[in-house]
Amino acid sequence: MSSPVKTAARYAWSSRVLHWLMAVMVLAMLLIGMAMVASLLDYHWLLAVHRPLGILVLVFVIVRFVNRQVTRLPPFPETMSAIERAAATWSERLLYTLMFIMPLIGWGMLSAARYPIVLFGSIRLPPILPHSTWLYTVLRTSHTVFAYLLFFAFMAHLSAVLFHTLVLRDGLLRRMAPPTPTPEPETRPSGAGHPARGRT
Amino acid sequence: MTGTGKRGRFLLVAAIVVGVGGAFLYAGGWLSPHKLTPSRFVDTFQDVNGPHPGFRRNHAKGVGVSGTFESNGQGARLSRAVVFRPGRVPVVGRFSLAGGMPYQTDALRTVRGLALQFLPQDGEEWRTAMIDIPIFAVNTPAAFREQLVAMEADAKTGKPDPAKMKAFLDRHPESARAVQTIQAQMPSSGFDDSTYNGLNAFWLVDASGRSTPVRWSVVPAQPLAPIAPTPQGDPNFLFDALIARLHRQPLRWRLVLTIGQPGDPTNDATVAWPEDREKLDVGTLTIDSIESDATSPARTINFDPLILPDGIVGSDDPLLSARSAVYSVSFRRRVGEPAPSSAVTPAEVAQ
Repeated sequence: MSSPVKTAARYAWSSRVLHWLMAVMVLAMLLIGMAMVASLLDYHWLLAVHRPLGILVLVFVIVRFVNRQVTRLPPFPETMSAIERAAATWSERLLYTLMFIMPLIGWGMLSAARYPIVLFGSIRLPPILPHSTWLYTVLRTSHTVFAYLLFFAFMAHLSAVLFHTLVLRDGLLRRMAPPTPTPEPETRPSGAGHPARGRT
Repeated sequence: MTGTGKRGRFLLVAAIVVGVGGAFLYAGGWLSPHKLTPSRFVDTFQDVNGPHPGFRRNHAKGVGVSGTFESNGQGARLSRAVVFRPGRVPVVGRFSLAGGMPYQTDALRTVRGLALQFLPQDGEEWRTAMIDIPIFAVNTPAAFREQLVAMEADAKTGKPDPAKMKAFLDRHPESARAVQTIQAQMPSSGFDDSTYNGLNAFWLVDASGRSTPVRWSVVPAQPLAPIAPTPQGDPNFLFDALIARLHRQPLRWRLVLTIGQPGDPTNDATVAWPEDREKLDVGTLTIDSIESDATSPARTINFDPLILPDGIVGSDDPLLSARSAVYSVSFRRRVGEPAPSSAVTPAEVAQ
């Protein structure tokens, strides 16, 4: 099996670490979120994990966004058509947006309903919105709608990567290969202000 | 690469995608239409009581109250929660009747509720919802729903079908025992001289991390009044008596913790702890103001029993998580609906 993608054409080490860490966190959040609203007996402990993990996602997505701005991106493989490249670019933007706003909506909706925003024990976050049942209703519904949008965006992302990796065998996934414990020397250092990928 | 090999790999990708998607849908209950979810639980309340948009799906009829809790500091022995330190804490609360019918006629035999929100200035809030029966009739959420359906008024007679109730109690001996205990207790004359019990067990955690199982009650300081004949023509007579009392003077209750011992069940609300368990008076609740449900700040409070300060933790009682989940759905539905006018109107409260 040949690989058109050279090892050098990878995401930066930091990007790959953040990608896989966040993949685990975001998938866990989606699973927990879907499971908790459907469960009577597990609702409470799942919610107790969902809140702090959501805040952790918010912190990580900010770090990741900064990382995204300061690292160089590998070029798209030649097997991707112009339409696929545009879809990949826009779906990445959608995923970043959803990962950023979902925790904020969660925090905001709890604030609007005046639920305490408990992380652990007495560690609690302040409300970020005024007390308003109207705001709560809008945000609570948005939280569900955007969760499904995030779920479908993830499924599309998964499908596309699997299609390239297993059917086309173009080595697409290697660009995001989980990093080895030591940073690989061929990972190129950051180059700030790199244009959107695909134009490379 | 052969065409068939490619097709096989394509099918593999499709299988993975369907499998992952299916796992998520399974977690969300989409593949199990008969699973008892919080939404379906609330649907049952709506089916049994009829649609009453804007109202709580249970304990729909009520009034808002407010006052203070004066902690005597005794609770600090067992819990690091700020609410148990000596001092005064503002309280918002709600008296209610059990059931999802917001305009039901008051009746002495209807279970009464008192929900409270303690708001310490420099500590975490505590919400609790209590009722005036000594133990609960069921010990799992599934049994609660079964009971709800068994007690549904028959379309023809307008009353619950005794055969259905008997069948339920035959299936649930723990409920049959509990119902006997509950029915043996005479209700008090009104909201003001009722004892309200938290029923579920909780753990109090002190500064060193030591946990103690407790149940709590608020016990009236006003003496038990004799039961007067039920007045005719006033569907709100219990609420109106409470309003009249509160216009004359504040009402007081003592907050009492019953301290469990090793072996006392913390996961079974149908079983009372032995009578000789230590009871610790931790302070006085004073209620001095009352408002219609329509105007009270309590209207937008979800009295979720698992909204607890640091220093109080829910027990392994399965009803607690279920209550939290179901109250949350009820809250979400009702606050998204137009605010209705309540049975006990602002004008009635003002008199």
